[in-house]
Amino acid sequence: MPDTTVPNAHSNQPADAHAGVYRYDEFDKTFIFERVEQFRAQVERRLKGEITEEEFKPIRLMNGLYLQLHAYMLRVAVPYGMLDSTKMRRLARIARVYDKGYGHFTTRQNIQFNWPELKDIPAILHELAEVDMHAIQTSGNCIRNVTTDQFCGAAADELVDPRVYAEILRQWSTLHPEFTYLPRKFKIAISGAPHDRAAVQIHDVGLIAKKNGAGEVGFTVYVGGGLGRTPYLGTKARDFVPVAEIIGYLEAVLRTYNQLGRRDNIYKARIKITVNEMGPEKFIGLIEEEYARLPRQKYYIDPAIVEAIEQHFAPPPWENLPAVSAKFEAAKAADPAFARWTRSNLSAHRAPGYAIATISVKPIGGIPGDIEAEQMEAVADLAERYSFGEMRVTHEQNLVLAHVKQDDLYDLWLALDKIGLGTANAGLISDIIACPGLDYCALANTRSIPIAQQISERFADLDRQHDLGELKIKISGCINACGHHHVGHIGILGVDKKGEEFFQILLGGDATQTAALAEIVGPGFSYDEIVNAVETVVTTFVGLRQPGERFIDTLARTGHAPFKEALYARA
Amino acid sequence: MLVKAKGPQQSVTANRLIDGVGVWLGAGNQWVERVADAAIFEGEAIAEALAFAKEEEKRQLVVDVYPLDVEATPEGTRPLHIRERMKAIGPSVRRDLGKQAAGPTPAL
Repeated sequence: MPDTTVPNAHSNQPADAHAGVYRYDEFDKTFIFERVEQFRAQVERRLKGEITEEEFKPIRLMNGLYLQLHAYMLRVAVPYGMLDSTKMRRLARIARVYDKGYGHFTTRQNIQFNWPELKDIPAILHELAEVDMHAIQTSGNCIRNVTTDQFCGAAADELVDPRVYAEILRQWSTLHPEFTYLPRKFKIAISGAPHDRAAVQIHDVGLIAKKNGAGEVGFTVYVGGGLGRTPYLGTKARDFVPVAEIIGYLEAVLRTYNQLGRRDNIYKARIKITVNEMGPEKFIGLIEEEYARLPRQKYYIDPAIVEAIEQHFAPPPWENLPAVSAKFEAAKAADPAFARWTRSNLSAHRAPGYAIATISVKPIGGIPGDIEAEQMEAVADLAERYSFGEMRVTHEQNLVLAHVKQDDLYDLWLALDKIGLGTANAGLISDIIACPGLDYCALANTRSIPIAQQISERFADLDRQHDLGELKIKISGCINACGHHHVGHIGILGVDKKGEEFFQILLGGDATQTAALAEIVGPGFSYDEIVNAVETVVTTFVGLRQPGERFIDTLARTGHAPFKEALYARA
Repeated sequence: MLVKAKGPQQSVTANRLIDGVGVWLGAGNQWVERVADAAIFEGEAIAEALAFAKEEEKRQLVVDVYPLDVEATPEGTRPLHIRERMKAIGPSVRRDLGKQAAGPTPAL
């Protein structure tokens, strides 16, 4: 395979040498390549008919391979959402050579390919391994790929870099003998900042960094969160666990769950059910008993290990820049469309003169999270030019360039706009999370993507979107809730009604540090009615809002009644 | 979600092992790639067709065999449930992909 990495013009280093990704050592490389060869042998046996689908299924799932409605689907892990340009270009190559020329970013910061052939999977996995990537822990009843804050290492409010602990958790979990066959899948999210951008409370375990009274950094630990048919927000198990003790504490959580989690009913096997059937207090008590029994010393995270891993995520060599860029300010003044993009798609960076740029993978009328191979390559080029060759995948199915000089923002936006990725809608009504739905998924009851597309088109006017302000719509095509509808400001759930698609509206969800589950507002709407219904909710909000209020603020003040009345009064 | 077939007219579908492409049992117990060409079974023939397909699964030609409700139309066999029509067509949001890219398919 030719090395496509572009050397830095000023040195012999590759252009993504400073990207904040974990670079494999020989142990990691050997392990990944061995896994590829093991799976290659299993695929060969399967194709020769030496093993049945029943025997093969758990093996393929442990390597990220699903069978969907139209074809196989390969889910590739993007550890805590971090990509460098070498990895992104390889994903583009895989999309082009082995798939249909595109990929799909998921709510767990991974990427899915929707059309690979079984016979090609070993070759794809080998190509991934060459760039330190794999599809392990993207499926099956194991600890899944750990997710985190897409602004990590750049956000001004960060207490600890969550990538360090996400990577430690990866190393702890990948070969953990006890936790490779849990009652059900297990998802962990980490926020290194008090402002939760990683939706931690809807995960099996959620960690939010905090400082204790002595100024030491640790994590608040939530357990038993999750969506699906029985949604729960996580229960706070511990207000503060020192960072050095987090593996020990999670070992206790996982052991307790592994011991007590139900294995008789797939719908009741997640930790959220165990916690809530038993009662959170009792379950937390059992965690504490287990934690007390553990030889804690064995689980302390050696500072030398932390230091070694921190090196992988060392800040890139930011320049010393003035806090305000005259070039940036002039561009904003001269180009209103750019100024609009800066209002929705930029976030504060900790280094003066830099900004965090969210690249919307939600063009108006587009498929949320879908990206063409050519766009992947173009973004890799832009990342090398403007952000140390690094990109992040967000759980909201967008991309982030985390370290862009303010001086470069206008050029970056012009280039993004040229490739259809410059839409000024991050956090707005057309920045919709949508699961693949019935267009691809074998489990779905209804489509999600076309609903997202139609809403996006209905609100295509960006000035209108900006006037509406932050408004998060999340759409799931079935009760499994992969589109996070329970935590949408407006959630949409697709249901099967005698073989036809119907959609329920939920209001008031929140995936941040003020997490809340949305409530169903009333009877569902047909495929042809649902977009009008969403517009009714939005116009009701516009009529009710007070200056400065977001949708979620107005809803909290007024309650659901006026929205319900607007939706159903005509009936 | 898979919907249980219970109507008087049924076809049998699966995915091809090697590439996962959707297929249906056609005339002469041949697997066909267009749902319009799917054989329609009634009465005891449904169980017989399903049993044949399960044997094909054991021979590692196909995976995920199941029956579906269908109707006969002038254009050929048409699934009754939207999930099965989607499988027969391809993603409605990418008309360039799936069965629909290769030729006429039933309306969604």
